[in-house]
Amino acid sequence: MTQERKLKIIIAKPGLDGHDRGAKVVARALRDAGFEVVYTGIRQTPEMIAETALQEDADVIGLSILSGAHLELFPRVVEELKKRGMDDVVLFAGGIIPREDIPQLEKAGFKAIFGPGSSTHDIINWVRENLPKQGAAARS
Amino acid sequence: MTSDIVQRLLDGDRRALTRVVTWVENGYPQGRDALRELFSHSGNAHIVGITGSTGSGKSTLVAAIAREYRRRDRSVGIIAVDPTSPFSHGALLGDRIRMQDLTSDPGVFIRSMATRGALGGLAAATNDVVTVLDASGEDVILVETVGAGQDEVEIADTAHTTVVISIPGAGDDMQAIKAGILEIADILVVNKADLPLAEAVYKQLHIFMELDRSEGWRVPILKTVATKGQGVTELVEEIDKHREYLKRSGRLAEMRRHRARRQLLAAAQGLLLEAVLSTAEANGALDKLVESVSRLEVDPRTAAEQLIKAAKG
Repeated sequence: MTQERKLKIIIAKPGLDGHDRGAKVVARALRDAGFEVVYTGIRQTPEMIAETALQEDADVIGLSILSGAHLELFPRVVEELKKRGMDDVVLFAGGIIPREDIPQLEKAGFKAIFGPGSSTHDIINWVRENLPKQGAAARS
Repeated sequence: MTSDIVQRLLDGDRRALTRVVTWVENGYPQGRDALRELFSHSGNAHIVGITGSTGSGKSTLVAAIAREYRRRDRSVGIIAVDPTSPFSHGALLGDRIRMQDLTSDPGVFIRSMATRGALGGLAAATNDVVTVLDASGEDVILVETVGAGQDEVEIADTAHTTVVISIPGAGDDMQAIKAGILEIADILVVNKADLPLAEAVYKQLHIFMELDRSEGWRVPILKTVATKGQGVTELVEEIDKHREYLKRSGRLAEMRRHRARRQLLAAAQGLLLEAVLSTAEANGALDKLVESVSRLEVDPRTAAEQLIKAAKG
């Protein structure tokens, strides 16, 4: 049997909005694309998301947010990841995020932002193309 | 010589712990090296298996048990297993949703695992991950199986104490007398005990257990409402009592020997198969024999004998 490298993706919802239909659709689509996906549920603090990434040894984190607090919360997730030595995790996000905010989030370390209307195919293809080269298993 | 990462793990570095778990889960050579060093540090944790059907409240009950152990100032490792899709080979691991408040507790480490095709209710690497968490110093390790039906009984070989959850409204007393999951219980729990019919399930389980003729430990039957934390203190007390019983009766030592034998044989089996396959794949013997069996020229058992001979010669 071939030893296939399995990548772990965390889908998390920071902040206080409780609508996770989008996050669940993305989680399900990534599952169907063959990834191991951990869904954290709603109302996660940046600390909780970073701690989950640590315990699960995640390769990729996708954040979903609809509340408008992304400029506040996303950089804090990055900071909490750094604190834990998890700064090599690939980050992407989706939700209601105004176009003019995107450069700031990219500067903070987010590799892609998927707005309303994005197809799950786009997200899956993006994840496949932007996977960490080795995956957590090979890092030390 | 202890390698750096293993030393950090033993010193309580969670990043080292999570990385070693990943290596072990993926069957990497670094994982095997780490396990070799960690094995002698394991053996202190009490391993508790939680199993029951889909939707019986396993994750919620695991979280409640973990909270109760934290109140008693004991560290907790949790391994939550969810199924891998047989079609896409992906998995959606959602058990953490019920454990959110435990995430930021430094005395709790939660890891989700996908079954990756294993059928017994756990993943193939679950036992090794238990060993790693055990060696890292967790006092209690809670292992949550996939939603179990009747035959996912592997957990009983992993855990010291197996808790089987039943819920109201899922089958009559005929289900209770079939072989399988109820038989592996050290503790029986009727969860969602605030629902109608809970009393009926409770009575059925009592009747089932009265017919039990095994000696020693009497399997207690408890009622819980995991979402409200009801009955959880009693459950944890029973788990601890069972641990005491295992120690006092010598069952724990017996269990260890039994497991040592099983793990040794499983590892030997794996190594032998690996050795045979590496030769038989390289020299084409495997492909040839597969062809012969598929054309009904030779039966699988005879072909296997030839395969092994070909690998030796």
